[in-house]
Amino acid sequence: MIDQLPALPVVITMAAAPLVMCLLRWPWLAWATTTAACWAALAATIALLHHVLDVGTVSYAMGGWEPPFGIEYRIDAANVFVLLIIAGVSALIMPFAKRSVESEIEASKIPFFYCAFLLANCGLLGVTATGDAFNIFVFFEIAAIASYALIAMGKDRRAVMASYQYLVMGTVGTTFLLIGIGFLYIMTGTLNLNDLAHRLPEVSDTNTVRAAFAFLAVGVSLKLALFPLHLWLPNAYTYAPSMVTVFLSATATKVAIYVLLRLFYSVFGIEFSFEELSMNYVLFPLALLGILIPSIVAVFQNNAKRMLAYSSVANVGYIILGISFATTLGVMASMLHIFNHAITKAALFMALGCVVYRAGGTSLERMAGMGQRMPWTMAAFVLAGLSLIGIPLTVGFITKWHLILASLETGLWPIAVFLLGTSLLAVIYIWKVVEAAYFREPLAENANVQEAPLSLLVPTWVLTLLCVVFGVYTPFTVGIAETAAETLMGGFL
Amino acid sequence: MTLIEALTGLAPDLAIYLALTIPLVGTVLIVLTGRWPNLREVVTGLTATGLFLSVLQLLPFVLAGERPEVTLFEFLPGLDFAFRVEPLGMTFALVSSGLWILTSLYAIGYMRGAGEAHHTRFYAYFAIALFSATGIALAQNMFTLFIFYEILTLSTYPLVAHKGHEAARKGARIYVGLLLGTSIGFQLMAILATWWLTGTLDFTEGGIMEGQVGHGVGAVLLVLYMYGIGKAALMPFHRWLPEAMVAPTPVSALLHAVAVVKAGVFTVLKVSIYLFGLDYMQALVTTDLIMYIAAFTLLGASIVALQKDNLKARLAYSTVSQLSYIVLGAMLVNQYAAVGGGMHIVMHAFGKITLFFCAGAIYVASKKTEVSQLDGLGRKMPFTMFAFFLGALCVIGVPPLGGLWSKFHLVMGSFEAQHAMMAGVFMLSTLLNIAYLLPPVTRAFLRPLPEGESPGFREAPAFCVVPLSLTALGGVAMFFLASPLREMLEGMFIY
Repeated sequence: MIDQLPALPVVITMAAAPLVMCLLRWPWLAWATTTAACWAALAATIALLHHVLDVGTVSYAMGGWEPPFGIEYRIDAANVFVLLIIAGVSALIMPFAKRSVESEIEASKIPFFYCAFLLANCGLLGVTATGDAFNIFVFFEIAAIASYALIAMGKDRRAVMASYQYLVMGTVGTTFLLIGIGFLYIMTGTLNLNDLAHRLPEVSDTNTVRAAFAFLAVGVSLKLALFPLHLWLPNAYTYAPSMVTVFLSATATKVAIYVLLRLFYSVFGIEFSFEELSMNYVLFPLALLGILIPSIVAVFQNNAKRMLAYSSVANVGYIILGISFATTLGVMASMLHIFNHAITKAALFMALGCVVYRAGGTSLERMAGMGQRMPWTMAAFVLAGLSLIGIPLTVGFITKWHLILASLETGLWPIAVFLLGTSLLAVIYIWKVVEAAYFREPLAENANVQEAPLSLLVPTWVLTLLCVVFGVYTPFTVGIAETAAETLMGGFL
Repeated sequence: MTLIEALTGLAPDLAIYLALTIPLVGTVLIVLTGRWPNLREVVTGLTATGLFLSVLQLLPFVLAGERPEVTLFEFLPGLDFAFRVEPLGMTFALVSSGLWILTSLYAIGYMRGAGEAHHTRFYAYFAIALFSATGIALAQNMFTLFIFYEILTLSTYPLVAHKGHEAARKGARIYVGLLLGTSIGFQLMAILATWWLTGTLDFTEGGIMEGQVGHGVGAVLLVLYMYGIGKAALMPFHRWLPEAMVAPTPVSALLHAVAVVKAGVFTVLKVSIYLFGLDYMQALVTTDLIMYIAAFTLLGASIVALQKDNLKARLAYSTVSQLSYIVLGAMLVNQYAAVGGGMHIVMHAFGKITLFFCAGAIYVASKKTEVSQLDGLGRKMPFTMFAFFLGALCVIGVPPLGGLWSKFHLVMGSFEAQHAMMAGVFMLSTLLNIAYLLPPVTRAFLRPLPEGESPGFREAPAFCVVPLSLTALGGVAMFFLASPLREMLEGMFIY
């Protein structure tokens, strides 16, 4: 059993998807099957996590075909951490999804919806688990196509347009990835990441490899919404159904960032990426601009969901900044933020999902007065908001602490100042929502709004409390992030 | 001491745990009993008393020269979430928790008398604020202190915005913006840099910087700390304090004359004495700079206070000025002035809380808010106005009130530091204090009532008058208790 663990999360979700399609007549059963699959995947991931922390890197030959010829699943501290985020968030949103999806999606489409969700989930898990370059591309496409469908199911008609935008940008991204992978294959004759890492140094001084690197970097940057390639993200997050926004914001960009880390640090190696090609000079300014500009844009948004979408772009900037330092501490801060931002943003978008469920929208006018009408929902929003700002005792602070220490370590004092300054922008946009919710009178049509039902509230609070728990009890996340950073910095051994 | 001995007997670590849990449990109980106002107010009173008694348990240990210590957990490697009781923190914790008992009585009279709404929310956040003040007082390292500092800011936001109207929201926005902004922008930066350079954030006798941090970097850090501690209200980051006056008066009295603002100057003293160390600070170029800024704030705020007709605004600017006494005391970098600063935390607390209590009582009884409206009020509210007189004398520093001793030490400290000019600043400020604090008293007692007002006796409710009389008498008592207080504070330098 334990030998099969690396494949299980992907296999479970993939096998459940067609099963859900067969349950067209019983939306309730479709939901139950999806929930069971997500929780089973989470259980497998947790077992895998324990296993990897015990014995170190695990290699799994898919179908018994030995690497480098067959597809290898290679799990180490770095990707098991990301797997945990994906499986954990998808399991936690399933109880939330039931009523939220019923209120936002037509009954006849619900099984399709869950099928697409499982495929997206499976795709993201696959990208993370696999140790094969072409497999990364395939799973990226599975996840992307499923997400286009998920986003397009949003109630607002603009969702279709948002999905189309994402489709265009996403396809460009994955195509670039494919070209890059193709170039690498031409030069080395292998697709296995580990094998690539060993064979690339011999041929690294060729324009083909450099072109491959460029294609891969741009392709992945599109997927992870690196400023200024983020234009698909705000619309997609704003108009997607609530549950999809929660899921995508917590996982989709994070997985792409993981791929970037894997390619830059493990496959091409730190010397090639950062010394020969000086990627730090590319990533560093983009990260700074990506933190500053979207944060400012977020301040001027009138829709809380859109505001948080821009904040997501800014937070991608924080993660990329840590990566651009090319130090263990920097990568560790980035790994931490991948986890911390995932749970923080998921909690925030879930709270907004509760508001959508009751008040019908997340524009600041609609959120007015919700502090009294939906006290528990808004309390969760405020707590998770504090984590987004980075107040002590929340996970946001743990990230900031390490990121600033990383910048001090590299001697970049002004960056430390910059990071503290930009977190004040987060204070401003979170406070705009707080003021609307607590100090304005609700719209007439929302005067009788009640607190969200427990099935929405409990998952929201579980994630919110996780923001506090991991903000106080740090050894778990900091420990894994440290091991992950060391693994990534060490390259493939 | 017999009273203290009779009440003690708890192990010190248990007392620390109690001091931190009682306000939290109190918060929960206040929310649960929200439907029965009388019960809720009893819970508040009991919580305050319980907190005070558990802090009091620690006093004999500190007086005996012990430093009780408790570590809750390790936050990050080498960085603990821990508490350690030393003289300065002991003083601050005693003052804030002791005055909370009186404030909770006063709040009953004020909140009902003035017809305020949302009482449960008010008492609940009040308890959280006192929880954080206790945490600040007992923190073992700068990181723990910072956490409670932020909780204090956030928990007082709903109190400042309490009335919910446009002015209250605007005031609260400035309040939270300035306090969060300075603490995240400057203080956190300074803390991170200190951690990076010295590898520790523990409050250590004699400081941690010597030999670890160069004097140039240290000078920058000092400025970052002093402006990062926004609650100390150094100009130009003092605006939040006058803005916070839109809050109901019990908040202005306990939080914006004692717990919150004293948490600021307490942190200033703590950082100066235990992080920088007085010897190290003497070598920094910016110490004098901050000293002059504090002197400027001290005089500038007094002059602004002179021009304010609104009584609470006048008291607020007076507080800004008095806080700079303590910052200035820390910047004089000698034991005399530092002890004087510590004493001033106590003396000013008694004086200023009395003045705010009186301002609130006047509002409850007569709806008057401006100084110019106070003519002849002494005949209608003799107790309140006499207490106001005593409170004013305490802030000015006239015997037989405690304010004399802290000013005495601060002035002696300026001579010892060979900054005789600062002694002049203190004296000039005393004159200004007289000029803006005594007119309300002279108007009330010496001028006739305006036309058409009946001269009958009309005091505020007893729940208002009794606490304010007690704090006024407390100011007198501190005149006689100054010597043991001083002895305890001098323990900061015995190691």
